[in-house]
Amino acid sequence: MHASNLASHRFGYSEPSLHKLAHDPRSWVLAQFQSPAEFDSQGLIDGAKAWQITRDVLQAALNPSPSPDNSQALDALGGMTSARQLLRKTNLHVLSKRWQHMTQTPTPVAERWVQFWANHFCVAATKGTTLALVWPHEYEAIRPHAMGHFKDLLRAAILHPGMLLYLDNAQSIGPQSIAGRRREKGLNENLARELLELHTMGVNAGYTQDDVTQTAKLLTGWTVGQNTAGLTRFVDNLHQPGKKTILGNIYPEGPQALDLLLTDLARHPACAHFMATKLCRHFVTDTPPAALVQSIAAHFRHTDGDLKAVAMALFSHDLAWREDHPPKFKRPEECLISAHRLMQKTVSNMEASVYWVQSMGQALARAPSPQGWPDLSADWLSPDAVLKRIQWAERYGEMYSKDLDARDLMQQAFGPNLSTSTAQTIARAESGALALAFALASPEHLRR
Amino acid sequence: MTNPNLSRRAHLHQLALGAGLAFSGLMPARLAMAGQADQKPATEQRLVVVLLRGALDGLAAVPAWGDPAWASVRGRAETPTALALDNTFGMHPGLAHLHRWYQNKELSVVHAVASSYRERSHFDAQQQLESGGDRPFALSTGWLGRALQASKHSAVALSAAMPLALRGADRAMTWTPSRRPNKSPDLLEGMANMYANDMALTTALAQAMEQQDKSMRAEPSAGAGLSALAKQAGNFLSAPLGPRVAWLEVGGWDTHSQQTARLSRMLPALDEALAGLRESLSVHWATTTVLVMTEFGRSAVWNGTQGTDHGTGGVAFLAGGQIDGGRVLTDWPGLGHRHMLDGRDLRPTQDIRAVILPLVQRQFGLGSSAMQSVLPGATASLDNVWRV
Repeated sequence: MHASNLASHRFGYSEPSLHKLAHDPRSWVLAQFQSPAEFDSQGLIDGAKAWQITRDVLQAALNPSPSPDNSQALDALGGMTSARQLLRKTNLHVLSKRWQHMTQTPTPVAERWVQFWANHFCVAATKGTTLALVWPHEYEAIRPHAMGHFKDLLRAAILHPGMLLYLDNAQSIGPQSIAGRRREKGLNENLARELLELHTMGVNAGYTQDDVTQTAKLLTGWTVGQNTAGLTRFVDNLHQPGKKTILGNIYPEGPQALDLLLTDLARHPACAHFMATKLCRHFVTDTPPAALVQSIAAHFRHTDGDLKAVAMALFSHDLAWREDHPPKFKRPEECLISAHRLMQKTVSNMEASVYWVQSMGQALARAPSPQGWPDLSADWLSPDAVLKRIQWAERYGEMYSKDLDARDLMQQAFGPNLSTSTAQTIARAESGALALAFALASPEHLRR
Repeated sequence: MTNPNLSRRAHLHQLALGAGLAFSGLMPARLAMAGQADQKPATEQRLVVVLLRGALDGLAAVPAWGDPAWASVRGRAETPTALALDNTFGMHPGLAHLHRWYQNKELSVVHAVASSYRERSHFDAQQQLESGGDRPFALSTGWLGRALQASKHSAVALSAAMPLALRGADRAMTWTPSRRPNKSPDLLEGMANMYANDMALTTALAQAMEQQDKSMRAEPSAGAGLSALAKQAGNFLSAPLGPRVAWLEVGGWDTHSQQTARLSRMLPALDEALAGLRESLSVHWATTTVLVMTEFGRSAVWNGTQGTDHGTGGVAFLAGGQIDGGRVLTDWPGLGHRHMLDGRDLRPTQDIRAVILPLVQRQFGLGSSAMQSVLPGATASLDNVWRV
């Protein structure tokens, strides 16, 4: 892939034309981190409101009231209650603003950077308690910190109500805390383990079961719920008293221990290496060169996790710009966004688009585990997935081909990297709709 | 391609194999598989593997109520009245069908089972379980994939992505329901031509087309839940030319909180799905073996939020018409504090690979050297699995 194609397709979300970045692709990428386009979150609900909407859905499911309209279709939670309708409307509204931003932003590489971190600190609506909280977690915790220091991003990500509920810390109680001694309640180590394994150090980085337990104790007190009106609070009565020893370091009792621990984790060499590995794998290639990973890890350490500096280091490294790395297979949502960017069309039918992304294997906001969506081509490229992408491309061809010339679109978007076989297949298509279907399902577009 | 009878599948296989292989000894066999010799009767033996991602609590599914330490370990929470298996073990009341199969000697429970993995990461544990290695990331393909490849059998995973367990096989397919049939007959042909220089896309598309062409037509309107997928798996396995191996998976078992309530929904759903699988297999149940497994067990003791944290030893189920069932296969380690692993987990006494091994041998009829590549280093094999 030529440098301008790398910038447009591998690092970004596919530009409709290579023209504006062809003269200096690197500067086009790097400038995005100096002045990333802002996401307009005006009018979107905050985490506390999302918590209330979620609570109302759960309560309505627990105490079903007779529906005024018996013909309403039932859903998994027992009925399309008004709370459920509000949840659905809210989530679709946020998603549509999010997709609008992703398809129109002039700084798509910076947006990919945000999405990388949103997936790294995955919150999924696979539990009742997080149904409305996935997107607020992204725009309240991830976006404001994605170009800041890793430790601040980490803190915001794990203390957001979405994460406290998703990984159960909201309910975790120190066994010797005031609340713990009163009730038969205690620790839940879910967030503690994933904080070490998924968010910072990576698996096999040398922590033990005891470190996990001690971390869980340190995290007690950080909660969200009815008593806090959906806001994250440190509640002393829930906090496990005494010092905690984690990875050989001793932390005091109280809320201040969290910042000390997160600072230490963010500075741990395993954390820098783990973040660098994931970044290079996501942005460059499935098996990135060790020299690139080491270099990015070093930048991470030397800048104390300054993510903007890490991004600049990654996107100015020659190994990131090598033209012969095996390309990756786009995730379904990346595929949808890049199609809309190439066609310069907004996502007009939200529900249909959500369905298509799901049919291609990515149920939005419902990542299968706290690890987030997987990132290797083999995780996505399967027979069924290819078939679904072709079906999607066929449908998009029918929907969008009226005023588009697929030959021209592909020439503009891929230039010298457009293969003869793709160009010929498109040129020989029997209709404009089929031509666009071939374009969107082409290897050039499915891969990055 | 002068023979007009050769289907476009064969053409695609040629694309998939590339020009170099077309002249090697492999080609006729592959063409035969894809074309004329489709009529060759496939094996009657069938295998279904169900992976419960997130770690099912084995002590909730199959409580050891006869263990002297049971009350001190689990007595604190409300345990639903379990169905009896024997003097020591019961079965969660949500697993009513499985309990009936047990009584009819068509299901065995393997308890205190785990892979050799002793840490508590879901992701590493699933990698090891699916790859079949003796540690995480020792192998990058799956044990089923290698067995399929060695035996030239085909399989279908009822999932959008190819599970690691099936990777490494040319004849592994994936399937999920679709709202939309392909309308244009030329579309797939054109796509195949366009993908000619992209090996992975070519192979995936060729498999998808083969699946569409013969055995794999699904009822439209099929749902996407486990129950619908399990029924569909039964249909695929019942088709005369269909695959003989199916893979199902379902997540959500990571019950760190509110475990009792969550399992009282999820276990009946699993039970119903397996009953639906059996129903759609119909007479083929007699030649089917079902393995239900999970990446590890959960902490034997409750955590502080009415749940359980990541543990070690857990449970697996073996069901089917040939299973010598009605037994709990276990070298029970006991739940006393000093018997437990790290004072908190059920100590595993049975390697899951020894459970997988006899299934692979029966399904694929592989010799010992091929078995070594499927499950490298696995020597022990669970005894007394089969009735016939």
